[in-house]
Amino acid sequence: MAKNTSSSAFRKIDIDQYNEDNFKEDEAEQAVPTGPDEGEVCALLNQARYVEALKHVLNNAPLGSTDQQVKDNALSLTLKVLIAVKSAQIEEVVGNLSLDDIDILMKYIYRGFEYPSEGSSGHLLLWHEKAFNIGGAGSIVRVLSDRMKV
Amino acid sequence: MSQTLTFGDSCAPITCHAWNKERNQIAFSPNNNEVHIYQKEGSDWKQTNNLVEHDMRVMGIDWAPNTNRIVTCSVDRNAYVWTQGEDGKWSTTLVLLRINRAATCVKWSPMENKFAVGSGARLISICYFEKENNWWVSKHIKKPIRSTVTTLDWHPNNILLVAGSSDFKVRVFSAYIKDIEDQPGPNVWGSKLPLGQLLAEFRSSGSGWVHSVSFSADGNKVAWVGHDSSINIADASQGKAVIKLKTEYLPFLGCIWISNNNLIVAGHSCIPLLYCHEGDEIKFVAKLDNTQRKESGGLSAMKKFQSLDRQARIETSDTFLDSIHQNAITYINLYKGTKADAVKISTSGLDGQLVIWDIATLEKAFEDRVMI
Repeated sequence: MAKNTSSSAFRKIDIDQYNEDNFKEDEAEQAVPTGPDEGEVCALLNQARYVEALKHVLNNAPLGSTDQQVKDNALSLTLKVLIAVKSAQIEEVVGNLSLDDIDILMKYIYRGFEYPSEGSSGHLLLWHEKAFNIGGAGSIVRVLSDRMKV
Repeated sequence: MSQTLTFGDSCAPITCHAWNKERNQIAFSPNNNEVHIYQKEGSDWKQTNNLVEHDMRVMGIDWAPNTNRIVTCSVDRNAYVWTQGEDGKWSTTLVLLRINRAATCVKWSPMENKFAVGSGARLISICYFEKENNWWVSKHIKKPIRSTVTTLDWHPNNILLVAGSSDFKVRVFSAYIKDIEDQPGPNVWGSKLPLGQLLAEFRSSGSGWVHSVSFSADGNKVAWVGHDSSINIADASQGKAVIKLKTEYLPFLGCIWISNNNLIVAGHSCIPLLYCHEGDEIKFVAKLDNTQRKESGGLSAMKKFQSLDRQARIETSDTFLDSIHQNAITYINLYKGTKADAVKISTSGLDGQLVIWDIATLEKAFEDRVMI
């Protein structure tokens, strides 16, 4: 028997790399937002203007950005806002968001699950429940299928 | 309102289905390399033929109503055109697709003189008959497709073709074959129409791969559904702008126009939905299926055990959904009427059921409700 029959390395060869018209990710069509402004968000949080703070981070989310640092900063700032909102107020805050905002919020909720801190996941589950009530299964599917990751 | 058909004792998913012109015969693939043909006899459906020529899973079937020819395509990279002899037997004609990946979808053109095959080789084969050699030859549309072509639909003018692909884009091409047809005139999509000419490309940034596309009856509008649970419509007479509706449902796998403004979509949420295109909005109109949880009495004991076996369940607890289809709907077809005025449509899916829906009564019921 040939020596290399147990070798499976050939399965990992990317035979498509020699094609000239391979699929490439679309370049961002317009300038990608550079992420939310930390000072402004903190100021809004201090005044307990949660809806505005959340809208600010969601509207300035660096979707499709290639800079991991920018994305991580935006994530930590968004999580800060999500955790600052008290459980009883979540429903009201979510009710003030547009459907597009809900989709982005859902992306941040799932990203938040990836980096749990003390008590954060339980709180995010509450957010998830309220966001799901509005966005439905569609908003979860869009977290999975969308190439514009947060 | 609706009529449910199952074929044989098999619970296998139905990959795709196609009707003959009189709607008394159906061809479908039970998720394998075979294509079964059933004929209606009285109120029963009896299997008359089994087309076995492919050696891997059949991905697409289309039945040309007037010339009574069936075309099938498969993961084995082949397509066959089937014609029925006087003795009722079906025989194949070879199609030279010249592709090195699976064929994924196939559609006859409206005039039935050519058909298009989409494939994983990132190209579309436009096939037409060559008498001298008694086979179907193909010409390729390659650029700028960057990924598997998942779905196709013909424009009513027999020239234009819309293709959806897993590179998230929907493209309108010219599929004009100068060897077999006259020079086409200009239309709303474009005026220069050599084969492969890209007339429109719709990208929806950050959306899912495209599952199904449909040209409207007048050919001015294209609708498509993607894996981001969205419904999209582009109107060539309105500057080709894309209208997108993100829905709260699981992704849709099929879409079809049933009038110039109404669209049926269906997919993983197991219920066909009716949407309406008005101005620059897509509006939800109605669910076709308002079934409440029903008793499982309709199923034979045999079916019940088969279903238990298939889902590897031990206990007989009820897992029925509140819908007629019990699993994702993968394919929608017209049953009665045309895209301009469909009266009945048929859907098939992973649960092995084929359901014929009466849209006329549904639309009437809806109008009555609006009146009240």
